[in-house]
Amino acid sequence: MELLNLTVHELRDMIKSKQVSSTEATNACLFQIEKLDKKIGSFITVNSYEALKTAKACDEKLSNGICSGSLFGVPYALKDNILTKNIKTTCASKMLENFVPPYSATVETKIKEQGGILLGKLNMDEFAMGSTNENSYFKVTRNPYDLSKIPGGSSGGSASAVASDEAFFSLGSDTGGSVRQPASFCGCVGLKPTYGRVSRYGLVAFASSLDHIGSITKDVRDSAIVLDVISGKDDKDATTYNKSDTSFESALTGDIRGIKIGVPKEYLDGINKEVLSSIFSSVENLKYLGANVYETNLNLYKYALPAYYLISSGEASSNLARFDGIKYGFSAENCENINDLYEESRSLGFGNEVKRRILLGTYVLSSENYSAHFKKAQQVRRLIIEEFNELFKKYDVLVTPAYPTTASKIGQSATSIEMYIGGNCLVCANLAGLPAVVIPCGYNKKGLPIGIQIIGKHFDEATILNVAYALEKTIIKQKPSFI
Amino acid sequence: MYEAVIGLEIHAELKTNTKIYCSCKNSFGAEPNTQVCPVCMGLPGSLPVLNKKVIDLAIKAGLSLSCDIAKESTQDRKNYFYPDLPKAYQISQSDTPLCSKGYIKINDKKINIERIHIEEDAGKLIHSENSTTIDFNRCGVPLIEIVTKPDIRSAKEAVAFLEALKEILEYSDVSDCKMQEGSLRCDVNLSVRPVGESTLGTRAELKNLNSFTFMKNAVEYEFKRQVDAILSGDTLVAQTRRYNESDKKTYFMRQKETPAHYRFFTEPDIPAFSVTPSDIEKQKALLGARPAKLLEKYKSLGLSKDECATILDDPDLCDYFERLIPFTKNPRSASSFLLGHVAKKCTIDGVFRCDIKAQSFACVVNMFDDRKISSTTAKNLLSRLLEKDFDPEKAANEEGLFQISDERVLYPLVKEAFESSFDAVMKYKNGKVNALQSIVGKVMGKTSGKADPEAVTRILLLMIEKDQ
Repeated sequence: MELLNLTVHELRDMIKSKQVSSTEATNACLFQIEKLDKKIGSFITVNSYEALKTAKACDEKLSNGICSGSLFGVPYALKDNILTKNIKTTCASKMLENFVPPYSATVETKIKEQGGILLGKLNMDEFAMGSTNENSYFKVTRNPYDLSKIPGGSSGGSASAVASDEAFFSLGSDTGGSVRQPASFCGCVGLKPTYGRVSRYGLVAFASSLDHIGSITKDVRDSAIVLDVISGKDDKDATTYNKSDTSFESALTGDIRGIKIGVPKEYLDGINKEVLSSIFSSVENLKYLGANVYETNLNLYKYALPAYYLISSGEASSNLARFDGIKYGFSAENCENINDLYEESRSLGFGNEVKRRILLGTYVLSSENYSAHFKKAQQVRRLIIEEFNELFKKYDVLVTPAYPTTASKIGQSATSIEMYIGGNCLVCANLAGLPAVVIPCGYNKKGLPIGIQIIGKHFDEATILNVAYALEKTIIKQKPSFI
Repeated sequence: MYEAVIGLEIHAELKTNTKIYCSCKNSFGAEPNTQVCPVCMGLPGSLPVLNKKVIDLAIKAGLSLSCDIAKESTQDRKNYFYPDLPKAYQISQSDTPLCSKGYIKINDKKINIERIHIEEDAGKLIHSENSTTIDFNRCGVPLIEIVTKPDIRSAKEAVAFLEALKEILEYSDVSDCKMQEGSLRCDVNLSVRPVGESTLGTRAELKNLNSFTFMKNAVEYEFKRQVDAILSGDTLVAQTRRYNESDKKTYFMRQKETPAHYRFFTEPDIPAFSVTPSDIEKQKALLGARPAKLLEKYKSLGLSKDECATILDDPDLCDYFERLIPFTKNPRSASSFLLGHVAKKCTIDGVFRCDIKAQSFACVVNMFDDRKISSTTAKNLLSRLLEKDFDPEKAANEEGLFQISDERVLYPLVKEAFESSFDAVMKYKNGKVNALQSIVGKVMGKTSGKADPEAVTRILLLMIEKDQ
């Protein structure tokens, strides 16, 4: 359907000029979901009644001459670990299977204020732990480019929904690459902003110092539009900053002449041949566009992943302790005493990957392990940040592959260890809080998307988006044949 | 002989309007679960935001206890499972307490304060026959935890310390310190050792000490229990014990956890905060330079508890009094005149401001103390000084305000009055003390009010005594 092919900026222009109504756009998405989602499995909850009601209200406003909001009438969806008032928010876990929050995340409120229409909540790896979306309690999500392949994770549903035109954009969360990797696998633009750029209030915490809310969109301009809406200091999140920037959308010029790009060679190890070839083509394109590209080093690269796992597991073990069967969520029955209640509720309520991380996290925070593991990981993190600071004295942005491979087969993602190791390219940006965007830069022989990543300085989303914007124009997008 | 080695761990709720990490009201006695929000209930997705007033009050408390204040401070998570702890961790401070190295002097002995840190309170469990319910109103109430060094040696000293601490925290307007409402809670750590030794024995932590009396009883029982155990050859185990008021004994609750049990790590949701010299100056100014030192000083000058309270409660009044002290021979007198006569006239809209030059004020007080002028004259002079400044001694001289206290001058006048007051004397001898007044009055009349009434009374009484 042509309407569904539109980007956010195209749709909103058409709605404002009354060529298309909000109701039409929302209905189109809901029909697409009806048609495709049994196969793809992006959604856990579809909010059709409320969505249409909101769309109708938008249309009424428009007929009265009121048309405010940069996302006016645009249907979108949220990863199911972002709280929505009165709408079930499950984190794809049995633990929160029936949890209905009494409040909404700040990002949801902001999008609502700008006229966005919430279609529903998207499938994910349970509590954001995983990179294949196979850890969901409810269902498997499939890659629209090839239904036998994974969409990536943990924001798998967020990527598949946008790639299959079920939604015009989505939000996900990125703790160790969980927005960028699915975006890469599903041929979308995935942005992880700087830590502190977007409020985490209302995001169910996995690893507090590594969690970021990010967006998945069809193109870079959409990404900038969404970032303009969701960014900003929030009194409810003490880790957010006030940065008086001009609008990210208006900073997109496409002119990257003279920009200094570093490519750290450690990122190119162990990368699949086809992926590497696509990356190199894109780097050549960047040169044609006027950028200066240099090979460089990130010496501490190999320590990033271990540091990431120690810190994220430690923080996760603490953040997930509140799920104890007492106040909300799954509560085991027929327990004799409080300890039984804790043990049964948590053993039954959590899936295996979650339990694995909680055990690891509890271990690294305990007694003598703390200094040897968790504290040391934080110290390594500090050194990685310093190394990036040095790199950014020389370069404006860094360019790397988004992931070593394209999407793998569902059920064949092998052992946890291999799954863990794939995240190398992505976790540095989480450890250091640097903004990073992934865009599709090509497709392999089988038509599976390949992603390229652009990492920038703290709070310099404008530059990475501009480089992405320029590069995007050189790439011919392929939609999934399935659609 | 064995001695008790006691350290105290005190929690005081801070008098802020709102809780420590959210904007829920911080007040006692509301209906259960009516002062709660996603943050203090630990709902998924909620985040803590530190209430700056908490830092201010904690600094104030630290200053009033002569502590060092940390320049940089972080919060830490203390992880454990318990139904009254909604996040299953308490946000507290482990590595970087906000205050440290303070003390209170009890009878010239320094009881050292190891540290003071800020943290959030947990909810309240209400136990009934078949169930337990949880009231989350208290979750997120700001606390300071004050930990002393094990310098205390007796139940008496422990009570004295806690009383002094309560006084100081109340004066500095940091906490209500109402033990019965739980805004002041105290746990005791007690071990024993042979007198003269310096190593520490195995300690027990005593809880549920809801009043000064409970604490005293618990300490006395526990000391005896530990000594008896050692003398009978038993080994003591580090444990937490609960005090039971009905039989005044302590009972085993659980073994003592080690810090490692709590898996402390720096709270990632709350950025580290700094305390600047100007933050400290601001709190000092609010305290009105009210550390325990001032309280000690005023007590040693002979001021009563109430006088201390009134002065220390008002920074401006306190500053003025401080200025008077160097010029007065008897600060107690100065306080009397200041509080009894001047303060009311000088307080407008709750703000005290006295324009009387400290030297002039002191001069009046000194003349009174030297018995040169009467109390009435002193008050009149002070009232006049409020209008404009003048030299009180010079004025007293010129205006003939000096009292006649010279006994050689007074004696004949008293004798005359005595001899003309037969009835009054009889009444006095029959027990009516007030009867003296009329006789004194005659002397005052004869001297136009200049006689020193005290001297007159003294002479009169001697006369009556001799006249038996």
